[in-house]
Amino acid sequence: MNLQKIIDELNLNVLTEPRDFAGITPTGGYSSDLLSCVMAGARKGHLWITLQAHLNIVAIAALNEVAAIIITEDAQPDAASIAKANEQGVVLLSTSQPTYEINGKLWEMGVRS
Amino acid sequence: MSPRARTPTEQEAHGRRGRPITDHDAHEINRVEELSYDLKISDVMSVDLHSASPEMPLSKVLDILRINRISGLPVVEEGKLAGILSIEDIVRAMQKNDLSAPASQYMTREVTTAVSYDSIIKALRTFTERGLGRLPVLDENHKLVGMLTKGDITRGILVALQKDYQEEEVRRYRASHLFEDIISERTTLVLRYTIKAGDFTQGGKASSHIKRALIRLGADPQITRRCCIAVYEAEMNLIIHTTNGGILKLEVEPHRITMSATDDGPGIADTEKVFQPGYSTATEEVREMGFGAGMGLVNMKRCVDSIELNSTVGKSTKLVMRIFVPDQTFGASRDGQNNEPSKNH
Repeated sequence: MNLQKIIDELNLNVLTEPRDFAGITPTGGYSSDLLSCVMAGARKGHLWITLQAHLNIVAIAALNEVAAIIITEDAQPDAASIAKANEQGVVLLSTSQPTYEINGKLWEMGVRS
Repeated sequence: MSPRARTPTEQEAHGRRGRPITDHDAHEINRVEELSYDLKISDVMSVDLHSASPEMPLSKVLDILRINRISGLPVVEEGKLAGILSIEDIVRAMQKNDLSAPASQYMTREVTTAVSYDSIIKALRTFTERGLGRLPVLDENHKLVGMLTKGDITRGILVALQKDYQEEEVRRYRASHLFEDIISERTTLVLRYTIKAGDFTQGGKASSHIKRALIRLGADPQITRRCCIAVYEAEMNLIIHTTNGGILKLEVEPHRITMSATDDGPGIADTEKVFQPGYSTATEEVREMGFGAGMGLVNMKRCVDSIELNSTVGKSTKLVMRIFVPDQTFGASRDGQNNEPSKNH
């Protein structure tokens, strides 16, 4: 399941610069809003689903090399966070849906950890 | 990433070295993928263009194919692509003994084309999906500007990769042989970062520099990951909890990595309690950002081989963590000897 299909099926907003999402295949996912847990639990290539939207999620995503962050419940990162994400090659996606629903849909689509 | 774009390279990496793919190879594979997006079709296509007019007899077409050792020829009318002739088309004409017929009679008119400014990944997909051998390349005005085969793409990537690889090799060689080249009784590389209290905008910056340095020094991904988690937690603790910030230090020696965080207050009253999962003194504001889960020191402890926390309330805190690395980690020889499975895998 590539990221483009995930973006289309879940109707996600792409907040960072577009790229070839069809060429990115997430290897699984991790959901938490506690950054220490994400640091320990998220793996390279994972999707990270969170309602945190502040600047520090970008650093965590870059260190863990996650495929993308899906920010839930309409939380909005500010312009500085989006700029930093672009600079570090981190993909930011957003949705109005809650984390639980996104997790469920991703699991149904076959993105499992 | 698309497995289609990756396949030839895996074979290439495997075939060239005759051993399974290593992390180093994987690094190169990723670069090939990157190149598939970076390189434009116009960078790799053949511009030494042979073509036929629609009226050209097939016998002449056959001559052009034979002399130039090519297997297909675009048919061009007033600069625009009218069709394409392949060896198969010629064979069809030969079977009917019809080599005097004009090109237009046997050419394929519905031609799949590529666009010169697209990245080569797009052409690779077209090749795989349509099972084609060559693609005429058009520019933005639909003018024929070149021909593209899979061979052109392979050559283009190899040339780019070789250039890349030479530059990378020089840099990597310098860094990863540091400990072999410099002889002393005890060589230590010290990386030092000043961390400001409360500066969340820079959170993780030192850790990301440390990560890059470790990769550059040749540390394996597993050790790099453990270091990263430990120094990130330490870095954030300096930002979140200290009065005046502190110093984050990484000391790399051939047999171990020592990470330390020091500050001048406020100090920790109970240095045992902080190792309990879920124990935190973070403020509500910081917790809202997702910090203060009470997992910081728990994470650090899990990632390192030894951890030592000393603190005096009102004075200072010093945290020292060590990861012991296999002998060959830093300054390992270049020809894949660092492939030996280590206890940390």
